[in-house]
Amino acid sequence: MLAFDEMNGAPDDQTSPEVRDGYTAVKRWLDDAPPGLLKARREQAELLFRRIGITFAVYGDAEAEERLIPFDIIPRIITQKEWAGLERGLVQRARALNAFLADIYGPRECIRAGIVPADLILRNPQFCLEMVNQRPPHGVYVHVAGIDLVRTGPDDFYVLEDNCRTPSGVSYMLENREVMMRLFPDLFSSHRVAPVETYTDALLTTLRSVAPQRASADPTVVLMTPGLHNSAFYEHSFLADKLGIELVEGRDLFVQDEVVFMRTTEGAKRVDVIYRRIDDDFIDPLVFRPDSMLGVPGLMSAYCAGNVTLANAPGAGAADDKAIYSYMPEIVRFFTGEAPILKNVPSWRCREPEALAHVLDRLPELVVKEVNGSGGYGMLVGPTSSKAEIETFRHRLKASPETFIAQPTLALSTCPTFVESGVAPRHVDLRPFVLSGADEVRIIPGGLTRVALKEGSLVVNSSQGGGTKDTWVLDV
Amino acid sequence: MRVHVDYVTRYEYDTPARLIQQVLRMTPRPYDGQHVRDWRVEIDGDGRLRAGEDALGNVVHMLSLAGPVRRLMARVIGEVDTSDTGGMVHGAIERFPPAVFLRETDLTRCDAALHAFAAEVAAKGGSKLDQLHALLGALNEQVAFDTSPTTSTTTAAEAFAMKRGVCQDLSHIFIGAARVMGMPARYVSGHLARSDGEIDQEAGHAWCETYVEDLGWVGFDAANGVCPTDAYVRVAIGLDYLGAAPVRGSRYGGGGEQLDVKLRVTPAGQ
Amino acid sequence: MLARTADALFWTARYMERADYLARLLETAMRAASLPASYGGSSTEWESAVASAGAAEEFYARYGDATEETVRDWLAFSPDYPSSIRNCLTTARTNARAVRTALTPEMWDAVSDTAVELSRFPARGMDSEELIRFLEWVKGVVRAFDGAARRTMLRNDVYWFVRLGGAIERADNTARILDVKYHILLPEHERVGGSLDYFQWSTILREVSANTAYRWVYRQSVKPWLVADLLILNRQMPRSLASCYEVIARQTDLLAEAYGRRGPSQKQARSILARLTGARIEDIFQSGLHEFITGFLDDNVQLGGSIADQYLT
Repeated sequence: MLAFDEMNGAPDDQTSPEVRDGYTAVKRWLDDAPPGLLKARREQAELLFRRIGITFAVYGDAEAEERLIPFDIIPRIITQKEWAGLERGLVQRARALNAFLADIYGPRECIRAGIVPADLILRNPQFCLEMVNQRPPHGVYVHVAGIDLVRTGPDDFYVLEDNCRTPSGVSYMLENREVMMRLFPDLFSSHRVAPVETYTDALLTTLRSVAPQRASADPTVVLMTPGLHNSAFYEHSFLADKLGIELVEGRDLFVQDEVVFMRTTEGAKRVDVIYRRIDDDFIDPLVFRPDSMLGVPGLMSAYCAGNVTLANAPGAGAADDKAIYSYMPEIVRFFTGEAPILKNVPSWRCREPEALAHVLDRLPELVVKEVNGSGGYGMLVGPTSSKAEIETFRHRLKASPETFIAQPTLALSTCPTFVESGVAPRHVDLRPFVLSGADEVRIIPGGLTRVALKEGSLVVNSSQGGGTKDTWVLDV
Repeated sequence: MRVHVDYVTRYEYDTPARLIQQVLRMTPRPYDGQHVRDWRVEIDGDGRLRAGEDALGNVVHMLSLAGPVRRLMARVIGEVDTSDTGGMVHGAIERFPPAVFLRETDLTRCDAALHAFAAEVAAKGGSKLDQLHALLGALNEQVAFDTSPTTSTTTAAEAFAMKRGVCQDLSHIFIGAARVMGMPARYVSGHLARSDGEIDQEAGHAWCETYVEDLGWVGFDAANGVCPTDAYVRVAIGLDYLGAAPVRGSRYGGGGEQLDVKLRVTPAGQ
Repeated sequence: MLARTADALFWTARYMERADYLARLLETAMRAASLPASYGGSSTEWESAVASAGAAEEFYARYGDATEETVRDWLAFSPDYPSSIRNCLTTARTNARAVRTALTPEMWDAVSDTAVELSRFPARGMDSEELIRFLEWVKGVVRAFDGAARRTMLRNDVYWFVRLGGAIERADNTARILDVKYHILLPEHERVGGSLDYFQWSTILREVSANTAYRWVYRQSVKPWLVADLLILNRQMPRSLASCYEVIARQTDLLAEAYGRRGPSQKQARSILARLTGARIEDIFQSGLHEFITGFLDDNVQLGGSIADQYLT
């Protein structure tokens, strides 16, 4: 598939020797690099990552509990001008997501106004009944959102997915930059790259801003992890460390008289804000899954009493459902009163019979996604799938059409990437992290660029063989 | 009918337990077929009992006790006046549109066998109400009441595969099947005044309610193959057992526990 | 600090110390067993190694017989012996990983590769030379961890819990050796005299790496009561019970100061230390070496429990 290239530009414009804005120096560096240099640098980078211990567990692969995500040393560059547009769009999107959640857990005006079908919300397993009429502290639901963007042309950015539950990857954004700065100090002195290291400060400020009103002026914030065996455990411990907050597991907390405490060497200490990196289902065995050993009994009662803030709020996932995604343009318009700045990928909702028929007809050219799937699981990429895979999906689609949406296969932009055969274009996406506090929305320039390392592959998920790149927002 | 309920639960822990928390859904609310004359929840010891309401409108008592304690007793005592509404449940507290009760849950999810079972029942045709009665009949025929093989965590699909279960399992199967047949269904926990004069019971009862267009919510007792009558005291509703369970609890320490339940459901005049 | 973090640090240090102890125990047993019988070499060395490791019942239930083969397998590699060297290092690493950010990078470096390295050593069929190499490696890992802790950690509660875990384990280990071997230190034994006893006594010294230390401290040939004195009361000897308790009492005091509260741990640590500093080796022999050691082991376990109650849960 011919795709727009982040460095070389449009695929149909092969005559142009021009390199796109921002890439001039990097292009020169790539051209001038003596043979072996890139390989040596990549090996150095891997060594650094291994030393830091930045690892990622792949589910279903017991051997690889501590695997490294491949890192590509060629940066992905976004100009400040491009970024400014994206940033406005992301702020708008985050506001709309929060307003949408406040509405569906409150007056449900968007249902009455016919923006979103009632069924889609009420039957959505992520729609948390316990959250109805529970206003979270300061009205914020999605404190940390990971909005996945893809690009198909110079000005064509699409939102692929809104991640409103416990989006991960930000530690890679931060560590990638650290490693790049160590490996290529010269590149950084010749480029004005917007720093990303302020993310941790922004996150802490955001979390503190949403502490319950009755908490002290110096609220206690903790990060809650499911534990060592979670795929993102490294990130949890990394962030807790950078934020200077305790990394707690469920067993470190307890609830007494609707107040949350943590067990410390100095006795019980009150907790005000929990940045939880654990799914709704597991946070409180008295309300959700009773067999959860990861949660805290009574946590929801403390939350509903207004004594603790959970970030993100329980039930926030109702906004990132892929079926809801297809309504996002209307949702943005309804709640912000503005035209959406970021585009949505056109989506067929297979629950609608006409759409389903259309999708079944064109299965080999489409991307089909399970409404409640994540991490690239339960997904069909028509053009790169075998006949048998397509037929398997056809059966699944027919059996339960309401659990799928389909989209055209986008020609995701490519970015030069150092692979076995040398420097070659590979498809990329971008996950910026959007922080919503009581006061404002904060976004660190850039985000995490994920790259599909297999030639032609459009799946960038790290669990499916994807890698990452440092992302530069450049003043040019 | 006036029904008197006296429900005592005693816990005895092997070692002292701390930070006991229990969510009690043991207090009925009124609807057209039920007037609550008097009802109270009591606990011994210095625990705290706070009344509230859950998302579905059930009365919830949150019991918390710092401990350490070796024993805990909770007692529910009350009286309701019931009338036979032919299974119709009007005038109950409804916090959500019926569509919410189409959601599948882990306990009610249908596997292939249950899907086939539901399809078979639906194929008989008739009105929605006819189909539900057919479901009730088919369930009664195919799944035997048996207290031995299932536990509180048995799923509808597991119980259906064994072709046996208790009122909880039968209700889960009924609910799962009704939902895949396109009808909102929910779990009801409560009490049944038995017709054979036996007032001492081992556990509460459970049945289902299904939403039928133009009729509203209708009760079905899958364990007994009938619609609820004035012998039924309706206490709490949920998407499945977990949402309506009389007690969900947690504690720290305590080791094993001995549980002693004394439940007496007495129809007036006995 | 989270109680669980303190717990993980405490136990990381304990498991590290235990791995080092077992490595030493195996080395000494191999050496002693290789001596001709007339010099005290005998197969009972293997039995005593099992006894010193403190899980004899499970061992005999599994292997029936204490031979070089079975004891090496049990102490170094067995997945079924919770304190086998392999399990100690694995557990220590898991604990360390759970509290990664409380450790310094240097400490993590010392343990991070142990999982990979461990899998490189074959569990079975190692010849003695390989085993020695393995044991050297184990001691090196522990030394690197311990050294990194001392060189790089902030002196705060994190450090104190690490030191506390190490010292309690070390006291336990020294006391266990004495518990198994006390009889050869008793006076009636001394009368027998001869080279047999000499080698047995020096075996004890070797187990705690104190052969040279003994010479420097006492400047005379190996005498059983002096061996006992060195291991129990001598405050210069870092593995002696008295020395361990100086460390323990100091760390618990620092914790109490930092947290502004004294508790049972401080009281018990101080009282055990007082008993050790006030004692004379003659009195200990008089009132029974064995009773003294078993009493100490109980006290040490009890203090571990008090620390757990006060800080780690």
